[in-house]
Amino acid sequence: MGKLKLIVKREFNAKVKNKSFIMMTFLSPLIMVGMGALVFFLMKKNDEKIKNIIYVDNSQLFSKDSFKDTKTVKYIDYTDQGIEASKTKVENGEFDGVLFIPKIDSLEVLAGSIEYYSKETPGLSIMDNIEGKIERKLRNVKLTNFGMDLEKIKASRISADIKMFNFSGEESSKLNNGLKIGVGAIAGYLLMMFVMIYGTSVMRSVIEEKTSRIIEIIVSSVKPFQLMLGKIIGNASAGLLQFFIWGVLLFIISIVASAVLGVDMTEMQTTEQLETMKQASGGKIEVIIQEILRLPLLKLFVLFIFYFLGGFMLYSSLFAAVGAAVDNETDTQQFMLPIMLPLILGVYVGFATVINDPHGPISTIFSYIPFTSPIVMLMRVPFGVSWYELAISMALLLLTFTFMVWFAAKIYRVGILMYGKKPTYKDLYKWLKY
Amino acid sequence: MGNLLEINNVVKNYGDFTALNNVSLQIPKGSVFGLLGPNGAGKTSLIRIINQITLPDSGSIVLDGEVLQPKHIEDIGYLPEERGLYKSMKVGEQALYLAQLKGLSKAEAKKRLKYWFEKFDISAWWGKKIEELSKGMAQKVQFIVTVMHQPKLLIFDEPFSGFDPINAQLIANEILQLRDEGATIIFSTHRMESVEELCDDIALIDKSNKILDGRLIDIKREFRTNTFQVGLATENHKEVEATLREKFEVSPADFKLLGDELCLNVKLTSGNSANDLLGYLSGKGQVQHFVELIPDANDIFIQAVGKNS
Repeated sequence: MGKLKLIVKREFNAKVKNKSFIMMTFLSPLIMVGMGALVFFLMKKNDEKIKNIIYVDNSQLFSKDSFKDTKTVKYIDYTDQGIEASKTKVENGEFDGVLFIPKIDSLEVLAGSIEYYSKETPGLSIMDNIEGKIERKLRNVKLTNFGMDLEKIKASRISADIKMFNFSGEESSKLNNGLKIGVGAIAGYLLMMFVMIYGTSVMRSVIEEKTSRIIEIIVSSVKPFQLMLGKIIGNASAGLLQFFIWGVLLFIISIVASAVLGVDMTEMQTTEQLETMKQASGGKIEVIIQEILRLPLLKLFVLFIFYFLGGFMLYSSLFAAVGAAVDNETDTQQFMLPIMLPLILGVYVGFATVINDPHGPISTIFSYIPFTSPIVMLMRVPFGVSWYELAISMALLLLTFTFMVWFAAKIYRVGILMYGKKPTYKDLYKWLKY
Repeated sequence: MGNLLEINNVVKNYGDFTALNNVSLQIPKGSVFGLLGPNGAGKTSLIRIINQITLPDSGSIVLDGEVLQPKHIEDIGYLPEERGLYKSMKVGEQALYLAQLKGLSKAEAKKRLKYWFEKFDISAWWGKKIEELSKGMAQKVQFIVTVMHQPKLLIFDEPFSGFDPINAQLIANEILQLRDEGATIIFSTHRMESVEELCDDIALIDKSNKILDGRLIDIKREFRTNTFQVGLATENHKEVEATLREKFEVSPADFKLLGDELCLNVKLTSGNSANDLLGYLSGKGQVQHFVELIPDANDIFIQAVGKNS
């Protein structure tokens, strides 16, 4: 076991002392925050530019009340000037657009006859906004025509929030569900990224030993299996360190950035998103925190670690086998695809089915299949998965993982000493029997 | 003395291909053992089995009286033909790592590395990366790494490739010194002149089979043809050559002397001794050159492999 420790240490050091690793570790969070800030400023700039829209209302149905100014759009009544004069003003660039409401008795016909002129095609959100205002006003007019009391209708509005329970007594709500999706998605996505980045780094490290021809010297001192395991553990540790540093740096940078630039990070959400969030949470951040705390955090954490390690070991042993089978990185393509496929499938299945139906047949099956289970099950776990399902999934993963490491070690053992011809799948099968 | 390594009936198949077919070898303690054979004969397969990189399908290997097992890794030093080092790792760090993998403690490894680096006068390279060194320099580091844990058995596969003649001689002397200090050395090469220089015993493997083995000197005796190179200063070459043909087998010479001598290769026929030939020649003229053609490793190699195919 002393040798395994030596190998892990070397692999870890080789990775961590690498210049590009150090650059990636410290620059990535800066770049990410920088990009975020850039987007935020651009959006703010965009928001600050106020559009002036004039309207000519020949129907006399609308008033200034119907066209309330918003943060980004200002409405000005130009009915006196007439439509032709208004159009000229817009053409001269004095205003951004003119809305023309003709005089038509039938409300239905009127609703289809309103026109908007501008030099530049307006954004979707502005048009939606204007259409909404018109629809609301016309509906109110109709309702009044039907003899209804608008005040009473306003007072009759009510919103329902169904509280959902399962039989282990966990309470959930829509907000809670949103959080669960978020937690699961982040966990699954993190795992996929981790496997892709550090799995290929295991592969590259194997190829490096092969091309530098040191491999034969190493395997005359240690068992190939030890070397492979050492590589996987060493690279995973380096990866975890990098993820940890990223987390800490992102946290620090966002605090510093918000303090220095006066940017409130919550403002980075668009106002609409914030609006829905506020509606869902009843306007209180504490509720969200309470909901997070109500998730089975310990269980989540333990399962996260299990699936994270299991999934990484499973995939990285395959990456190691691929690295051993080929002579250089360009030859890896044909073997990479079958490895990447289930990984990507896992994420797709996760996002497509778990979110809609966390306990449906597709989600359930994919959370058993070992190649997708680390991702899909991690996404399902926040919704509460029964112990026997977890047991089946974990047992299958463990079993497959053991088999795959054995399988990969076989290919690895033979492959690292094979040079020259690019192997085919048939060759790989033959190597299993050496 | 006894044998340090005994290889008994080793068989190794790769799928349908037989790499080693029932090969047995005895390698005497304290000798330099030449493992020879054409490309693809199975030498590397055998060496890898001795290093426990691969396992034989059948047969046994005994190292110093014990059946070969994983702990023996520390008793073997191996310099593979295809060798290399981590390119971006520093020389010292790398040597320390490889020494520790062979079971040395860090402190002990440091001490021995210091000795070897001073001996080869390369202490200044300690902090350099391998990619900054020339091929020959890297080979020196490689040699040190191979021998540093003082193994009982050293296996060198083409140890001189990449060395200039001066450094090759340095390494050859080191190998002989290691033998004198008690190590047993398996030496695999295609450079037959270095086999002549270094090896006490040899084995020849061809097409997965051992076709020849024993002490080099015994094998040479076995392969001697009783042929002599003869240089005779005489007036009429043709007449002397014609009379020689009556008593001996004569073939044209493949060597040159300084004067206008008659140069021939003469093979003794049965019932003749070297003295008979010499006596006969001295009656015909001045004998300038008289040397037995001793088969060298190269001749033995070509003959044995040729006969086998």
